[in-house]
Amino acid sequence: MREPTQVYLDAQQAIGRSLEQIKRARNLGIVYLILAAVTAWRLTSHAGTATFNLSGGRSFGVAAAPLAWIVAASLAVMGGVQLARGLGRWQSAALAAAAIVFIFTLLAWAAAPNSFAFVGMLTQGITYSTPLIFGAMAGIMCERSGIVNIAIEGLLLSGAFTSALVGSVVSFWVGVAAAVVVGALFAWLLAWLAIRFKVDQVIVGFFVNFFVLGLTSFLGNRILSVDEAYNQVRTLKPLNIPLLHKIPVIGPILFEQTIFVYIAFALVFVLAWAFASTRWGLRTRAIGEHPRAADTLGVNVNRLRYANVIAAGGVAGFGGAWWTANVGRFNENITNGRGFIALAVVIVGRWSPTGALAGALVFGFFDAMESKLSFLKTGIPGEFIQMTPYLATIIVVAGFVGRSRAPRAAGQPYESQ
Amino acid sequence: MTAVIDSPSTAPAAEPRHSPWPQRLSSLRLVALALFTALLFSALIIALSDLDKLKRGDIGGMLTNVKDSYSALATGAFGSLRGWSETITAATPLIFAGLSVAVAFKAGLFNIGATGQVFAGGMAAVWVGFAVNLPAAPHIILAMTAGAVAGSLWGGLVGLLKARTGAHEVITTIMLNYVATFAVLWLLKTTAFQAHGRSDAVSRDVAKSARLPFLFGFLHRSSIDLRAHLGFVIAIALAVFVWWLLKKSKLGFQFRTLGANPEAARYAGMNPGRLTIGAMMIAGGLAGLGGGSEILGGINQGHATASFAGNIGFDAIAVALLGRSSPWGTTAAAILFGALQAGGQEMQLQVHVPIDLVLVIRALIVLFVAAPSLTRIIWRLKDTGSDTGTQLFKGWGS
Repeated sequence: MREPTQVYLDAQQAIGRSLEQIKRARNLGIVYLILAAVTAWRLTSHAGTATFNLSGGRSFGVAAAPLAWIVAASLAVMGGVQLARGLGRWQSAALAAAAIVFIFTLLAWAAAPNSFAFVGMLTQGITYSTPLIFGAMAGIMCERSGIVNIAIEGLLLSGAFTSALVGSVVSFWVGVAAAVVVGALFAWLLAWLAIRFKVDQVIVGFFVNFFVLGLTSFLGNRILSVDEAYNQVRTLKPLNIPLLHKIPVIGPILFEQTIFVYIAFALVFVLAWAFASTRWGLRTRAIGEHPRAADTLGVNVNRLRYANVIAAGGVAGFGGAWWTANVGRFNENITNGRGFIALAVVIVGRWSPTGALAGALVFGFFDAMESKLSFLKTGIPGEFIQMTPYLATIIVVAGFVGRSRAPRAAGQPYESQ
Repeated sequence: MTAVIDSPSTAPAAEPRHSPWPQRLSSLRLVALALFTALLFSALIIALSDLDKLKRGDIGGMLTNVKDSYSALATGAFGSLRGWSETITAATPLIFAGLSVAVAFKAGLFNIGATGQVFAGGMAAVWVGFAVNLPAAPHIILAMTAGAVAGSLWGGLVGLLKARTGAHEVITTIMLNYVATFAVLWLLKTTAFQAHGRSDAVSRDVAKSARLPFLFGFLHRSSIDLRAHLGFVIAIALAVFVWWLLKKSKLGFQFRTLGANPEAARYAGMNPGRLTIGAMMIAGGLAGLGGGSEILGGINQGHATASFAGNIGFDAIAVALLGRSSPWGTTAAAILFGALQAGGQEMQLQVHVPIDLVLVIRALIVLFVAAPSLTRIIWRLKDTGSDTGTQLFKGWGS
């Protein structure tokens, strides 16, 4: 026998939730219909066959206009079903599928009647998403333990600078190691200011960003530009994984990359596993959610926060070295805001390593798509394609993540009693 | 429903309405100390980054280097009328955007989106500037108003998203900055904006009647020499407006209540959603006016380029943090930053010390002001316990 008040509150909550769900389902239905309309109206205009080049001289062709009509019809049906009764628990999967099919149709339309380096684009997308993955993992390690990390950008930049300088003077891998150390050092500074002095974590993060940007630009102009030998690293060659890289399509995309890519993916899965089932992971989550309780149970909250933030700095420093490995040198502000994208990826991925991986891949993929599509004269301004992932992030954050669960204690200093 | 089970005590420190003079003095002393400490650290960086002298162990030479750099910095900022004019010119956009960030801070919102709002305001202003035909005064007023409206719509969007869906403003503002950047890049290549006979992203020039007059125009010196313009006066007027808004108006009181404690605001019958939208619209409007001022008066010579917002948005965050979100503090911080910018140019020119050092100095000042206890430890001052810095971040949730 429950209290009447509780019954009322439960009922109210149930109504509120279902109302919100109904609204979201309706919006989603409208999105499908709009996509269907756009596909039917614009993407059916190019006749001919779009040839998608795969690796090793293989390719496949798609008749662009018929594909567009089929896709438009399917999207319209999906929108109708969504509006009429919702897709229930298949909703997210359906949305992802619709997005992928729509983009594929867009590519076919853009490419027809010519050919298009499809696998090349996907490969490049993975490459571009690598630094985002490192940045996002660093962010997750901090935020899960209750320290907000706005400084991902600065940490990446410090790694990029250090690996370029040390990598030029000594050797590439010593440079990478130095980047890890310097990233960890700046992260330690962040943790020290946030924990020891209880400075607002966002202010500390911005301080690190400003400071690293200023320092690396200054030293870049004053030291790196003096002698070309200070800023010249050999770029890293892809490392083909034996056997696996021979798999058609997937092989060249996933297994003919640099070691940075493999480490990034490994890191994601190790972290996902560690958060779920190691002592470190459970304790980290505990101090991010409810530090007082964790403290009562004997976890040294601030020491574990230090450890996590410093480790995260090392990860970000390593991620920064990706630029050196890919570009072969350091340029002023070479990270160019990727650290902030990584921050967004953390949130879009709902603080989960695999979720963030998906977000990072989407951003990387759009970067690659923009650079490939600019070769095809499509009439779509490149700026719109570049803008898309940012708009999509806003839509995702507003529509799906909005009231999601961030680590409860994120941003709050902890003082044991 | 969100029972406050044990949220670690982050009750926002109540802001004293009339801080007594001794305390103000100590806070001024803190800023002075922070500046001094920052210059000291930066001196170390200047000295140690001169590799030749470092290798030779030429300590005297390093010290001379520091001395020359800082004297060039001071001369560049205040040594001449031109120095003052450059300081004012560099400070002007930072006042607009700094006030924007400050107003948002007061309402508990973190506006990283000043860049996008400056872009929006600047594009609206430049369009009115070249597409409309009016006599001087109304033309300027119309163009600036257009900038304010565009900026406040761009900022209001962030407030709307936060109020309606709970999307955190840190994310939406960063994303909207990118959207604005690409939108500007695209717009500047459309026939509506692009300068005739150009293929790169440059807008047409605004009409003479829409240009903001130069402040030192009465001296009849070259305008390249003395670039300070009316925008500075408008910015100061806006600082007065923001002071009135925050301290004297009902809306400002509501903003501050919302910023200090959203639950309390709700209990007092205020509408947090509407206030969030309102605060972001005002913040966006201020930044939008900054965009207008940059285009109509600033160093952009009356046209928009793909990067006319530069780093204004991010520098504005530092300015507002340094000024502790008070309108006067923010204005003073913007002028300090402007002086560093103007001085830094001279330093780069005369002593060949890269102007990027200014970024380092700025970052350190912000740090030492945000972490008073750190500054106190460095200088072994007694801890008065009066201020422990500000706590801005209130979590990612809604």
